[in-house]
Amino acid sequence: MAEIFGIPAAALYGQLLLGFINGAFYATLSLGLAVIFGLLNIINFTHGAQYMMGAFVGWMLLTYLGIGYWPALILAPIIVGVVGMVIERLLISRLYKLDHLYGLLLTFGLALIIEGLFRNGYGVSGMSYAIPAELSGGVNLGFMFLPLYRGWVVLASLVVCLGTWFMIEKTRLGAYLRAATENPTLVQAFGINVPLLVTLTYGFGVALAGFAGVLAAPIYAVNPMMGSNLIIVVFAVVVIGGMGSILGAVVTGFALGLIEGLTKVFYPEAAATVIFIIMAIVLLVKPAGLFGREA
Amino acid sequence: MKLSKLLMAVSAAALLSGGAFAQDKIDVKLGVLNDRSGTYADLSGEGSVIAAQMAVEDFKAADKGINVEIVSADHQNKPDIGSSIARQWYDQDGVDVILDVPTSSVALAVADITKEKNKIFMDSGAGSSDLTGKACSPNTVHWTYDTWALANGTGSAMVKAGGDTWFFLTADYAFGHALERDTAAVVEKAGGKVLGSVRHPFPGQDFSSFLLQAQSSGAKVIGLANAGADTTNAIKQASEFGIVQGGQKLAGLLTFVTDVKALGLQTAQGLVLTEAFYWDQNEGTREFSKRFAERHGGAMPTMVHAGVYASVLHYLKAVEATKGKDATAVMAKMKEMPTDDPLFGQGEIRVDGRHVHNMYLFEVKKPEESTGDWDLYKTVATIPAAEAFRPLADGGCNLVK
Repeated sequence: MAEIFGIPAAALYGQLLLGFINGAFYATLSLGLAVIFGLLNIINFTHGAQYMMGAFVGWMLLTYLGIGYWPALILAPIIVGVVGMVIERLLISRLYKLDHLYGLLLTFGLALIIEGLFRNGYGVSGMSYAIPAELSGGVNLGFMFLPLYRGWVVLASLVVCLGTWFMIEKTRLGAYLRAATENPTLVQAFGINVPLLVTLTYGFGVALAGFAGVLAAPIYAVNPMMGSNLIIVVFAVVVIGGMGSILGAVVTGFALGLIEGLTKVFYPEAAATVIFIIMAIVLLVKPAGLFGREA
Repeated sequence: MKLSKLLMAVSAAALLSGGAFAQDKIDVKLGVLNDRSGTYADLSGEGSVIAAQMAVEDFKAADKGINVEIVSADHQNKPDIGSSIARQWYDQDGVDVILDVPTSSVALAVADITKEKNKIFMDSGAGSSDLTGKACSPNTVHWTYDTWALANGTGSAMVKAGGDTWFFLTADYAFGHALERDTAAVVEKAGGKVLGSVRHPFPGQDFSSFLLQAQSSGAKVIGLANAGADTTNAIKQASEFGIVQGGQKLAGLLTFVTDVKALGLQTAQGLVLTEAFYWDQNEGTREFSKRFAERHGGAMPTMVHAGVYASVLHYLKAVEATKGKDATAVMAKMKEMPTDDPLFGQGEIRVDGRHVHNMYLFEVKKPEESTGDWDLYKTVATIPAAEAFRPLADGGCNLVK
């Protein structure tokens, strides 16, 4: 069998593919963060908790109402997004004129409260959520066994990421949004309801987190702490990609998934650290991030 | 004159004996110190407090002249927090016994403090076999399980059943390394072979990459030397990648009934694990567990809860027998009396503080075999008390002569 650096090539392909799948999660989550930061200038530390809520809402829909995976994939992000919009209206909107730090503290506090509430209600062991019947099983690719569900995760994430990028960069709505960030007063003067636009944007960013949560529910344990484990890595992804850069978040998400996957083969002990090492290097060399605009 | 002297003597005697009666009322304070908000909150947490209360009620302590007060606190799995609570409890709050204490690092710290203050520490939740080995103390009782017993139970049983080649998925910190080391020793002693291991970051989230490495190793058994969410995630993803269906067996080296409940039978079926207690073993365990569940939101007790119940019961028996709560006397009595309770049956506390009792090898049921929400295990083997724990001489405990 062909070998690359002492690792059988087939095994390496498998690991690369797995890295790419993990990258899909990083990309979807960091995309939501980038949208919120890029357009609202809020560092949304609640993102991990909202991802967790997405998974939990999916689980609740199934357990209490008997609503399955596919409707939940649409419904859960909407529900989580609406909760996010309420939070934005009631709390976050009061902080736009203040320093970033206040938004960060508020959202961090909210994350702790939300996680605490879920922990109180559902314990810490987690809930089980089955893979939908249509996507259970897998295909043998020759070099690895690919569960169908993982394939679906990549596909869904790619579609959502590209769709979001297209909407913000290429459509009229996206143009309004970007304009509203640059100069809210002027855009308001043209008769566009800027506060509403901002609320909707926050809701959309949060809904992306909820969407990632539903995607994750069948493969990771649905438990109240699932978001806090992931959020730090996702923040590192956003920083590497350049705060607020949509394309940067997506590309970096996938790329870092790949790098992490390779680390797991060559030196597994470092798999949790490699992303932060890259972050440190990028910050030294290019402080605005790989795709960020220099301030 | 004589009469009055006699009267005085009688009344004095009455006074004295009255005083003695009053002293017969013994006040003891039990402190349940565990994780009430983190990873181990479901397997210990409030359930352990309920178990302690039930032991006090079942013992009818109040009728026997023992006043028991129970306090509880959250050590957040941090040794520094656990130590400062333990000191405050012993120094200021008059706590006599500390119970439960999952998380080995915290348990080792509490054991030291308990020895220094000459109180009693009855551990149920922690795993490290060092508690009754290198770090043993005359004031520690380790009730429920330890890493040696888990490794021994699961490791040797799997090799006997034909699983003679192993690959470890190990959490990259002290506990994971210890569990891997102990299990590998058992496997090799039983004639098996360890083909390799991979150390994953703790806590981990995605184990698919490590699972693929385990898969390509061709080992018959994949040993999960980790705990909590790491274990459940690894098992969930192993099922997704068709590892069990492909003929490899998973061995959960520290898996609690709450983990299996969280995974669901569809995912966890076929998993082999060692525990000290399961609610559905006999009349005694069922009766206790039913009452426990009524007070604990319907959740059945874990072996950690059972251990807290049984250790409180044994402690109260020793207090009753010695008519006092002097730590040295009570510890001596607890080690002298054989243990007997409805949950662990008969056993004893060895000189090194290890409580020995039967351990059980369980297999997780298939969904079609289960008849209820908590009908999760079937018993594969009973490991008799004499073989279940590390031989007294091998632990390196300085109390063993």
